[in-house]
Amino acid sequence: MTNTPHISVQDFNVYIENQHILKNININIPNKSVTSIIGPSGCGKTTLLKSFNRLLDNTANVKIDGKVLVDGENIYDPNVEVTHIRKKMGLLSQRPYPLPMSIYDNVAYGPRIHGIRNKSELDELVELQLKATGLWNEVKDRLNASATRLSIGQQQRLCLARGLAVEPEIILGDESTSALDPVSTHIIEDLFINLKQKYTIVLVTHILRQARRVSDYIIFVYMGKIIEFGPTEEVLLNPKEELTREYVKGFIS
Amino acid sequence: MIKRKIEELFFKVLMILATIIVTGSFFLIVGTIFSKGVPYMNLDMITKIPGGGFYIGKEGGVLNAIIGSLYIAGGATILGLIISIPVAIYINMYIDGKKFKSNLIRLAFDVLFGIPSIVYGAFGFLIMVYFGIRASLLGGIIAVTLLVIPILVRTLDEVIRTVPGELRDAALSLGATRWEAAKVILRQIRPGIFTAILLSFGRGIGDVASVLFTAGFSDNIPTSLHEPAATLPLAIFFQLGSPVEEVQGRAYASALILTIVVLIITVLAELLIKKFSKHKI
Repeated sequence: MTNTPHISVQDFNVYIENQHILKNININIPNKSVTSIIGPSGCGKTTLLKSFNRLLDNTANVKIDGKVLVDGENIYDPNVEVTHIRKKMGLLSQRPYPLPMSIYDNVAYGPRIHGIRNKSELDELVELQLKATGLWNEVKDRLNASATRLSIGQQQRLCLARGLAVEPEIILGDESTSALDPVSTHIIEDLFINLKQKYTIVLVTHILRQARRVSDYIIFVYMGKIIEFGPTEEVLLNPKEELTREYVKGFIS
Repeated sequence: MIKRKIEELFFKVLMILATIIVTGSFFLIVGTIFSKGVPYMNLDMITKIPGGGFYIGKEGGVLNAIIGSLYIAGGATILGLIISIPVAIYINMYIDGKKFKSNLIRLAFDVLFGIPSIVYGAFGFLIMVYFGIRASLLGGIIAVTLLVIPILVRTLDEVIRTVPGELRDAALSLGATRWEAAKVILRQIRPGIFTAILLSFGRGIGDVASVLFTAGFSDNIPTSLHEPAATLPLAIFFQLGSPVEEVQGRAYASALILTIVVLIITVLAELLIKKFSKHKI
C-alpha cells in the first residue's frame, strides 16, 4: 500500500450497553480509494463506520476509547468540534432520508448551515452536485418540488448530492444500495467508482459482488474484530485467514 | 373447523356491537345537544353579552363566555407550546443517549397527564395568591397552561419519536448542530404539532375545574389580562342550575356553541395537517 492513510484507527474499542462491540481495532484507510467493510450481520461493520463521523456519540450507553485520526487529527479529542469533523464526511445511509424540504433546499441545506448565503453561489453549487450525481437532467425543471416526490433511487442520489455539497473529503456508505432496485444500484456503484478520484470512500456492504465491483480494498470484520485487510482481489480470491475463506466461499463457488 | 368459525363470528359480533355503542353514544350526545339547544339558539346568543336579568330569562347572550373561552384555551395553548416544544426537543435530541434521564422526565409528564384538572386549578390558585393576582384571564390562562403542558409534551414526544433516527443523523452528518437538526425534525413533525394544538385546545376549552377559582366569572368581555373572564363550560354550569326553563334551554344552546367551536378548530387543524404533510417520508 503506497497510499498514505486518510483515516487511521488506533487501539479502538467500543462498548454499547456493556457489550464489547468493537475489539481493539487498528486500521489505516487508504486515501482516495474505495474501501469496503464486509462481514456477517451484527459483526460491528456499521458501528465501525459510524465511529468515523462520531454519529456513534448519540447511541444510548456507549463507551468509546482509542483514537481515530482523520488527516492526522484525533476526532475523539475532547477539544475537537464535532460539526467540523462531520463536515469532512458525507454519509449515505441504507435508505434515503431526504430532509422535509424541496429538492433545491436539500442540496443547499449543508452549504447554508455552513454560512453560504449568496443565492448565485448556492445555485451554482446545487447544479454542480446534482450534475455530479447525474440527477440534474431529471430534476432541473422541478427544483422546488418536494424531495419526497422523487423515486427512491433518485432520492438516494439526492442524498449523495446533499452530502457532496458540504465539500467533504470522505464519503461513508452504510449499505447504501440495499433499498434500491438493480438499475439504481448500478448508478450509485458507478458514482462511487467515479467519485474516488476526489474522495476517500468507505462502504459497508453485505453484497460481496458489489464489494468486488467497486472497492480497491476490503476489510473483513467478524465478531467485532478485524480479521483481514487487503486489496480486493487478494481478500476475496486468496484470503490469508481461515475465517475469511469461510465467509467468502459462497461468493467464489 | 366449526369451533374456529364460531370463534370468528363471536368476536366479529362483539366488535360490531362495541362500535355501535360508541358511535351510537356519540350521536346521542350530539343529538341531545342539538334538539335541546337549537330551539333556544339565536343570533343574540353569540353576539350579545348577558343583559340584566339574563339568568332569570331576560335577553342577552353568552358572547362573554365564548370570547373568554377562546382567550383562555388559545392563550394556554400558545403558552403551553412555547414551553413544551423545547422540552420535547430536549428529551429527544439532547439527552437521548442517557435513557434513564429521558425516561424519568417522560414518567414525570405521564404522572402530570393523569392529575385531575381541579388539582391544577388549586395549584394555579396558589400561584395567583403568591403573586397577588386576582381571579382573572391571566389566572385562568396560567391554570389551563399547567393543564395542557403534559398533553402537549407527551403528544410532541410521541410524534418526534415516530421520526426515523436516520433523518436526524442525516442532518448531523452534514455538520448540523443539534439545534439545527432539531429544526429539521420540527419541520418534519409540523402536522403532528397541529394535532398537539388540537388536543390541547380541545382539553383547555372544555375544562371547568381548572378555571373555577382562577378565571373568575364576568358578564363582560375581558379587555385586559387582569379582568375576570367567563368561560363556556362555567356558563353552561350556571345556566343549567337555574330553575327557569328558558335559561336551562340556553345552557344547551351554549353547549351547542362549545361543540361547534371545537368542531371548527378540529376542521381547521385537519386542513393544516394536510397542508403541511407534503414532505412526509
